[in-house]
Amino acid sequence: MGKTNVSLRGKNILGLADFTAEEIRLVLETAKEMKNIIHRDIKKVPALRGKSIVTLFYEPSTRTRTSFELAGKYLGADVVNITAASSSIVKGESLRDTLYTIEAMGVDAIVMRHKAEGAAEYASRVVSPVILNAGDGAHAHPSQGLLNLFTIEQHKGHLAGLKVAILGDVLHSRVARSDIYAMRTMGMEVHIAGPKTLLPRFLYEEPGIVVHERIEDAIKDADVIEVLRIQLERMKGGLFPTTREYARIFGLNNERLALAKDDVLVLHPGPMNKGWEISPFVAYGDNSAIQEEVQNGVAIRMALFTLTLTGGKQE
Amino acid sequence: MKLILKGGRVINPAEQFDAVADVLIEDGKIKAIGQGLTADGAKVYDVAGKLVTPGLIDMHVHFREPGQEAKEDFESGSKAAAAGGYTTVATMPNTKPVVDTAALVRSLEKRAEEVARVHIKIIGAVTKGQKGQELAELGDMVEAGAVAFSDDGHFDPTAKVLLNAYDYLHTFDKVIINHEEEPSLVEEGVMNEGHRSAMLGMKGRPTVAEDIAVARDILLAEYAGARVHVAHISSGRSVDLVRQAKKRGVRVTTEVTPHHLTMTDECVNLYDSSTKTNPPLRTQSDVDAMVEGLKDGTIDAIVTDHSPHAQEEKDREYIYAPSGFPGLETAVGVLFTELCHTGKIDIPTLIERMTWGPAKAFQLDAGTISVGANADVAVIDPELDWTVDAKKFYTRGSHSPFVGRQLKGKAVMTIVDGKVVMQDGKVL
Repeated sequence: MGKTNVSLRGKNILGLADFTAEEIRLVLETAKEMKNIIHRDIKKVPALRGKSIVTLFYEPSTRTRTSFELAGKYLGADVVNITAASSSIVKGESLRDTLYTIEAMGVDAIVMRHKAEGAAEYASRVVSPVILNAGDGAHAHPSQGLLNLFTIEQHKGHLAGLKVAILGDVLHSRVARSDIYAMRTMGMEVHIAGPKTLLPRFLYEEPGIVVHERIEDAIKDADVIEVLRIQLERMKGGLFPTTREYARIFGLNNERLALAKDDVLVLHPGPMNKGWEISPFVAYGDNSAIQEEVQNGVAIRMALFTLTLTGGKQE
Repeated sequence: MKLILKGGRVINPAEQFDAVADVLIEDGKIKAIGQGLTADGAKVYDVAGKLVTPGLIDMHVHFREPGQEAKEDFESGSKAAAAGGYTTVATMPNTKPVVDTAALVRSLEKRAEEVARVHIKIIGAVTKGQKGQELAELGDMVEAGAVAFSDDGHFDPTAKVLLNAYDYLHTFDKVIINHEEEPSLVEEGVMNEGHRSAMLGMKGRPTVAEDIAVARDILLAEYAGARVHVAHISSGRSVDLVRQAKKRGVRVTTEVTPHHLTMTDECVNLYDSSTKTNPPLRTQSDVDAMVEGLKDGTIDAIVTDHSPHAQEEKDREYIYAPSGFPGLETAVGVLFTELCHTGKIDIPTLIERMTWGPAKAFQLDAGTISVGANADVAVIDPELDWTVDAKKFYTRGSHSPFVGRQLKGKAVMTIVDGKVVMQDGKVL
């Protein structure tokens, strides 16, 4: 991409709806360099020495929180983790007051996960540190969307023109709501499929995407398939009859995978419900990049920290 | 005590009167309307270029008393009403405790007498505790002065309970105001179900939840020969249902809010809960249907659904914030700016829906400035430019989607029982 005037310095990373192609490109290029650092024997660079980062998680997480934490540490930042269960939040402290408290300690960035859609955007209007949204309800999960693109590009060498199928529980998926924007912005052909009860009713009104009910229709000739987790914990029941039937009719198995291109890449944001939305044979098969996504996630988050806190190479 | 409003455009929908004239008020009554009026000792107000209308009526406000005075009480709420040009409001019973007994109705009437700047009518609950199970003592409350009944905030899920309420109230000829949202379809929903909610990932409240509720309650009322009033209508399909029912003679009336007449779900932003309301802001086609319904008379009244909350309750994550916002002080400005100055609705029609329309729907002795009537009057400057500033609100509510908006049109004087209670935005 070479030199551009694009900068993410000071930008709150709330979702991918407002990301331009140039901004996404900058993140992906920076992540490439970051991935090299992860492969070093001594994984430590001083890029963010003297910066402090707080991860503020109101919802459980393994990979995302650890990924952000390691990303910060590899870059030399001080990282402190706050989880809802072990903080003043259990005493009923409001989000505004919690944010004020963190800000008052001189923090440079807050990585936030929250059950409420919009919580990160709210935070960005309340305090001045850079807010990185690590997932807000069903709204957005921008770093996951970016690491998906990164993983795809590492395998395919490009993004534009690729056909991607996003399958399953779109209704509850913040990942899908980041993918749709970013993939479309990068010129990919986005197909979405799942049981109608798990697709937002008016999703079809969104321009530049194709919505199917049968997953086979979306999978056909796909270059990339992303399987979404069935988020049973967010459902009150009744959205589909049984996980058994779901697996049989809407699950990604080897037979359905054969409908896609031979070199199709399979993604899943994790954690997986193996045997439901994805068969173990596909999850661990030759086409799967699911484990690699986790490593790429660290690189993407290193890129986001570097770009938002220092502006990256521009300095 | 005499006063003359001189040279304003007098609009009195009850008599289809619309002309430049003077209005003489004496001993709390409208004494005369005509040209060149004079009276000994009368205080004269020059209102040339302004509108002189019946005091506005809002049959759907939440003044939070008793129990939630941090949000609002009768004093702050009635001041907000006076500031907005309103002279009569009716308070909803979803308070703590719920207003479901004659004793509570009487105590609120007493509070109104003591502190209110405008007339406050009390709406009682249909069922005990608004739980939708057993009828509240409706007859007692009628005798204590309750003006109507509502389980507002809740849809009565059992058709039999509502049918009983319709039948029982028939004797007293009072209307039931129904909040129309079928609960199983709106569970956890925080905004309209549409393209916007799909892309924000927010749980939706679909229009069909309102439509099937409106359809059921109209059919039940038709069957029982009862009067029914559909609260804060917001779905275009529901307006059709009311229109058809009126055509076949069902005794149904309805109301709409300024926000459902002017705003869509595109206004919803994740960081600001001030657009959160039930029923939610809908789509442009619904908004267009509201305006059409208001114009053709399908919609009888404009209400604000004035629903103030404490600052700390609204200032939080959108999905956790309570629904509703104050509306009394912004209604005239919003409606004149968005409907009259754009040519969508003419001024006399708008005034009718804010005065005589609700008075007819609820059989109130109000809403007119005919000679001999109570002197409840609003003076509106249709050209006054102003900016909505929450710091200047009389209501305790601060979060409104209209905050910061530049509006044209404002009530500049409110007269209750012949006494000036608000002048130039100041409640006296």
